[in-house]
Amino acid sequence: MARAVGNNVRRKDGDAKVTGAAKYIDDLSFPGMIYGATIRSTIPRGIIAARTVSLPEDFIVADHRDIPGPNYVALIDPDQPCLAVDQIRHVAEPIMLVGHADKHALIDVQKRVAIAGIAGTPNYDPEKSDLCFKKISIDKGQIDRGFQISDFVIDGEYRTAHQEQLYIETNGVIAVPGDGAMTVYGSLQCPYYVHQALVVLLKLPPERVRVVQTETGGGFGGKEEYPSMLACHAAILARKANRPVKMVYDRVEDLLATTKRHPSIVRHRTGVTRTGRITAMDIDVIIDGGAYATLSAVVLSRGVIHASGPYRCDHVRIRGRAMMTHTPPNGAFRGFGAPQTQFAIEAHIDRIAGELGIDPVKLREINALRRGDTTATGQKLGKDASALPVLRDAVRRSQYAKKRRQWRGTNRGIGVSLFFHGSGFTGGGEVNLASKASLELTARGAKILVASTEIGQGTRTMHAQIVADALGVPFNAIDVHEADTAFVPDSGPTVASRTCMVVGKLLERCARDMKKRLGRLTPAQYFRKHGSFTVTSQYEPPPGLAWSDDTYAGDAYGSYAWGCNVVELEVDPVTLEVRLLNITAVAEIGKAIHPMMAIGQIEGGTAQGIGYALTEEVVMKDGRMANATLTNYIIPTPLDAAPMDVGIMERPYQYGPFGAKGVGEMPIDGPAPAVINALRHCGFDVRSIPATPERLMRAPRPQAPSPKPHEIHP
Amino acid sequence: MAVDADTLSLERPRSVNEALKMLAADPHLVPLAGCTDVYVGLHFGTLPDRRFIDLWPLEELRGISVERDVLRIGALTTYTDIIQSKIVQKRLPMLAAAAREVGGAQIQNRGTLGGNVGNASPAGDTLPVLAAANARIVLKSDQATRHVTFDSYYTGYRKSVRQPGELIAGIEIPRVDGRQWWRKVGTRRAQAISKIMIAAVRGRHVRVSFGSVASTVILARKTAAVLQAGGAIAEAQAALGTEIAPIDDIRSTGEYRLKVAKNLLEQFWNETQ
Amino acid sequence: MRFTLNGKARTVNTHPMKRLLDVLREDCGLTGTKEGCGEGECGACTVLIDGAAVDSCIFPAAHAEGRKVITIEGAAAARHGKALQNAFVVHGGAQCGICTPGMILAAAPLRKGASLHEIQTALAGNLCRCTGYPAIFRSVGAALKSKGKARRGGRR
Repeated sequence: MARAVGNNVRRKDGDAKVTGAAKYIDDLSFPGMIYGATIRSTIPRGIIAARTVSLPEDFIVADHRDIPGPNYVALIDPDQPCLAVDQIRHVAEPIMLVGHADKHALIDVQKRVAIAGIAGTPNYDPEKSDLCFKKISIDKGQIDRGFQISDFVIDGEYRTAHQEQLYIETNGVIAVPGDGAMTVYGSLQCPYYVHQALVVLLKLPPERVRVVQTETGGGFGGKEEYPSMLACHAAILARKANRPVKMVYDRVEDLLATTKRHPSIVRHRTGVTRTGRITAMDIDVIIDGGAYATLSAVVLSRGVIHASGPYRCDHVRIRGRAMMTHTPPNGAFRGFGAPQTQFAIEAHIDRIAGELGIDPVKLREINALRRGDTTATGQKLGKDASALPVLRDAVRRSQYAKKRRQWRGTNRGIGVSLFFHGSGFTGGGEVNLASKASLELTARGAKILVASTEIGQGTRTMHAQIVADALGVPFNAIDVHEADTAFVPDSGPTVASRTCMVVGKLLERCARDMKKRLGRLTPAQYFRKHGSFTVTSQYEPPPGLAWSDDTYAGDAYGSYAWGCNVVELEVDPVTLEVRLLNITAVAEIGKAIHPMMAIGQIEGGTAQGIGYALTEEVVMKDGRMANATLTNYIIPTPLDAAPMDVGIMERPYQYGPFGAKGVGEMPIDGPAPAVINALRHCGFDVRSIPATPERLMRAPRPQAPSPKPHEIHP
Repeated sequence: MAVDADTLSLERPRSVNEALKMLAADPHLVPLAGCTDVYVGLHFGTLPDRRFIDLWPLEELRGISVERDVLRIGALTTYTDIIQSKIVQKRLPMLAAAAREVGGAQIQNRGTLGGNVGNASPAGDTLPVLAAANARIVLKSDQATRHVTFDSYYTGYRKSVRQPGELIAGIEIPRVDGRQWWRKVGTRRAQAISKIMIAAVRGRHVRVSFGSVASTVILARKTAAVLQAGGAIAEAQAALGTEIAPIDDIRSTGEYRLKVAKNLLEQFWNETQ
Repeated sequence: MRFTLNGKARTVNTHPMKRLLDVLREDCGLTGTKEGCGEGECGACTVLIDGAAVDSCIFPAAHAEGRKVITIEGAAAARHGKALQNAFVVHGGAQCGICTPGMILAAAPLRKGASLHEIQTALAGNLCRCTGYPAIFRSVGAALKSKGKARRGGRR
């Protein structure tokens, strides 16, 4: 029988999407539905003194007093109000909600609600902040010893900025009230996160709250936690109006008010021997959490664990802090701390190479983690430690060595980055999630019941492939239920590159259990004879993993994926615009369940990493995004796309379904430092991103390229 | 969008004459052509106007022709029309080049030359071309037709000599003597508002124009004079520094724009030898 | 307002300044055309007017009068429509799908055998955040290569 896993089976959601039949939240309507809008703070910090509403009676107006339960959006810390009471901590902080049957009546409704306040003095500098959301320390060996045995010490400071997820479908939900009940439909990644937030805020029993994910037009982490806030807002209005309430943000509101990637400042002090062996890594990480904690603690966690890069070193000290500033809270975005810290280490490695006069690839080869080595948290790596193979493959494919020589002194540059990414939740996180997956026997096969969401990455298809092969039935015999909390168990959130490796594994177990129970019968035969049954599996950690939150040491992740980027570019001497010539991306991901969709994750994540490096800038003025339109937040267009050469390597992970690890996030970790390293190669010393032409103009040029006709030196 | 359509009105004349009569009666009607700027303004709530007059169906305002060695382009000619026109490709290739870098296909199919002139943005993609080409704007009212040289058309930020009641009927470009050169620097390769733009002609006379460097498109006369007189590039670049005043905004910086303007000038001069 | 919608004559009672996007989604009940930005920047709202791609979010109903409008729901009848739809499924052009209707219609006017640069140019006004674009180029390239009727490809 034809196997599904490893083949490019036809996507389950494809036909609906290409015909316009797929229903996203704004395509839906409910009888009696009204529309909701949010009244937001226009100042970054202050105290609300008075609220004056000049709206006729056909408007529904709600504020914090309409919240039945505690006024916070449940996530990790209970610090973020659902609606502000008297304190304002950021521009666009939600204060009141307004509903009306005619959405046109809500145009400019902000002008008819006056919020009087006393402005405070905002702080936008995370280093000057007096509120620390989280501190993490990692210690390995003895850092002083590491410096003692070094020949050189090289320092560096690297900065990354906000990045907007820019899903093409904005955030949106519809809340439908019932009798002592609430159902919320929405564009979201984590139905059970939203469920939990509603249960807490509305003070309803869990079985009276239902969350249904609608077809979602991109998430990338931007719909991991934010939809909980939006769902709570719509639910408050729905409860008050006793009518369904639709709240779909327009692009400007989405850009202004929802989460972004955490900006970072990472400082390295590195001890190396003259032959290029790293003996000490002392790393300081600061991330800017914005006004409320949201997920900063976990972003910091992943960031510090990846901060030393895919390198072996006996003496490591990492200190991380997540700090509060008076800006809209930052949150999840693909990579989740690792793009920030791996930008720093990979840019730093090339600087070390330059100082030592060692080729950047050679320096990485000397220090790359190998089987048997331990990471910064002391995790011993097994035979799927693939740093060297991905590095060598990318270097070979791109002809790095030849171009590195030939392009020296020209306006072309070639740069490399080596990176890794732990799959699943950190440390004991997966145990705490205790995810479940269910499989229900149907007349023709089986139906998958998981809370994992399809957000474009191919969840439905990939899960069905795993189940089909494990059960021994054709791919088309497997159906996938909507992610609806009334029907599916809590499989945990669709984040952290866990949907295949963790939830897919649960489904594989379900399928094998089901197969055992079917005996010699096919699903159809069994169904006819005995009817349906459902198998459920719950997460069990792989054997031998040990992690301590107290010492922040041990096995941080079950497995790591490994990646290497080589970026080739050209800088126009007249305008300092960067033209990308070629991008090589090699990824070792255990097993590509659906090769085309895996390539899709690599290409898509790489493109987002390129945008992060070069053009995507959130211009903050007085705590507010000044360029909150698609005209002015610059992501690449089809004409900006550079050729991409993608290679997939597979070193099966024993505890992943058919050997698979995670793939979704890793591709965004590498492009930015590869770009910066290519710019360094053609003469620009850049240590922060985005590396816009304006910044290249100001960057130090330690070795200006030799003059050519028409070339202009800044 | 930020405006309820029901609060807007649209007059729909069936001819240019009828349109001009309507404008004579109500000079503050805002003309609609391809809508690519007007609807964005309505969407963001930055356009305060509520009363519009639809020019789009008026075929009389379309067409590209050459009459007595003057290229005539109707106001409603779209960027796509310009790109595909063999006449424009031959006589005014820098206009075709500019049209190709406006937005993407969807904008090119709808945006018009008259709209670009009428919108009067300092970043208008065709404006430096028209300045360098010494174009004339044809303005029509119920009472008269007049021709205004492009150099004297704009009087300040988004202000022109066009009177209420006048329509831009077309643009006329006399034969351009010399090599045409054009370059736009945007934030990306498509769908980009320009950070800086240059259109230049090198023939018996030199004409150089820049966009996005001041409150209006700038014809850099002193700069061109230096080049025409055989002055060194550095001298011309110094003159340029006195003729443009680029600012910092959310897209770019004054420092970058000034430096790149000088670089573009040099690139133009080197590539048109 | 009288126009031809996906091959059928249609009359809609609507304000002439209403956005065509809203006319299609609300008055005509066709939700396949999406709003991504409202400012003519992302192309998710692309429809064909007399075969040419336009952003329907900045297009007044009045300008559709007497025109032939094609939305994604009628794309199968457009030139290359069926081939593009199938290719986007089979070659990875569609991930989350929100840009897909606009992307397919923006590609529809291309000629058979269009080069990569022509494809990039035709799609320059359509933003995608999921694919990074290479799979979209492969999908369009495959569609414009296919002979005769679209075949349903891919393993089942």
